[in-house]
Amino acid sequence: MARHTALYELHQSEGARIVDFGGWEMPLSYTSQIAEHHAVRRLAGVFDVSHMCIIDLSGARTREFLRFLVANDVDKLTRRGKALYTCMLNESGGVIDDLIIYFLSDSWFRLVVNAATRDKDLLWIRRHAEAFGVAARERADLAMLAVQGPQARALTASLLAPADAAEALALLPFFGSGVADWFIARTGYTGEDGFEIMLPAHTATRVWRALNALGVVSCGLGARDTLRLEAGMNLYGNDMDETTHPFESGLGWTVALEPAERRFIGREALASVKAAGSQRELIGLVLEERGVLRSHQKVLAKDGGTGEITSGTFSPTLERSIAFARVPSGVHARVQVDIRGRLLAARIVKPPFVRAGKSLVS
Amino acid sequence: MSNIPADLKYTKSHEWVRELPDGTVEIGITDHAQHELGDLVFAEVPEAGRLLTAGEACAVVESVKAASDVYSPLAGEVTAGNPALAASPELINEDAFGRGWLLRLRPAGATHGALLSAAEYAALTSAEGF
Repeated sequence: MARHTALYELHQSEGARIVDFGGWEMPLSYTSQIAEHHAVRRLAGVFDVSHMCIIDLSGARTREFLRFLVANDVDKLTRRGKALYTCMLNESGGVIDDLIIYFLSDSWFRLVVNAATRDKDLLWIRRHAEAFGVAARERADLAMLAVQGPQARALTASLLAPADAAEALALLPFFGSGVADWFIARTGYTGEDGFEIMLPAHTATRVWRALNALGVVSCGLGARDTLRLEAGMNLYGNDMDETTHPFESGLGWTVALEPAERRFIGREALASVKAAGSQRELIGLVLEERGVLRSHQKVLAKDGGTGEITSGTFSPTLERSIAFARVPSGVHARVQVDIRGRLLAARIVKPPFVRAGKSLVS
Repeated sequence: MSNIPADLKYTKSHEWVRELPDGTVEIGITDHAQHELGDLVFAEVPEAGRLLTAGEACAVVESVKAASDVYSPLAGEVTAGNPALAASPELINEDAFGRGWLLRLRPAGATHGALLSAAEYAALTSAEGF
């Protein structure tokens, strides 16, 4: 049985092309995926991301629990409202999910996990939370909108009362705060400035329409995917999963092996990988010829090593194809990609490809 | 709802065929097909002089979402590939039955009988649930 967000009827009435995403019927695009992409790079777009799962953790030992549960160190969160991006690992260091954790108070942290993994995540979290006396509550009463783009913050704030608007506009990057009946965070998945807003589900349609009236463009998951890949951000299930560890997924920067005395799930496995050196790495590719890189295409290095595209697309900003690929470590020259039986040249670049509307690729 | 001009012939694989006054035919993909593919970003069309058999893969259209082969509805010799598509593949989205044409062909024989009428093609696409 397909799941729907509170905005499903709006998506249908807007004529969105609907696709299945991890069991959820979600909008792929409303008009043109490329036009929606450019709207976010140039002005502002709004995405329904209510299919993602908001989980509130509460209990006196919540911080201690999270320091055990995830690979990044929640002790980096010293100021209220600050967010942390992290992986949640299994014992062998495979990625169960990637998530954002907001520090709201010493006994209250908020997690945002992926849609397709919500059920297994909740089971995993609850299984380990019990020993710490921590309760996990799924916030199905909330919807989540991502408003992204150079004008996103100003336009969103104009919907708020002056004092609330000022508070929202004062948020630093990667901070969130309760503002009126919203939880508003300066986070996103596009490489642009903007907000992610968690709000009572029954108000989501009204807010969406109000944003549209200000010129904020309705955007689907298609544009979300091209934007996040240009921004060099991983997609769970494509770029990492339970069979891959963070060091071969471009996520080594999210693993906190220091302090050495912190125990967390997957630590031993990751420490061995780190000591031996990861056999594989995730790299960025720009296709030098015409065509589109797509996941599962084979990558061939000059020395005979082979790898695979994990995410690939046409970049509307660069007007050429870009990708992430998992390849043997130390492939530093050009590679070839097998696209429908033809070997095409691709150049290795360090992601992100685009940040704040500007190409970072020469 | 897709647009299906009555004066064209169609294939089950969503190509259209227009008979031109000089005896050649113009070939493209239907409005329904471009809508299914989404924004087109590349189109690879055949060069003049290439000989095609009916049903042969003769062009590739690639959208943000997927790459798709285009099959020649008829046997014959290519007289032109649409030169405008290299710079503007979006013409296929904007005007699938007009400026977004893919190739022109001099048919090798009179085999138009195998093609679908507009009514038959409309029935096919509605049966697919679109």
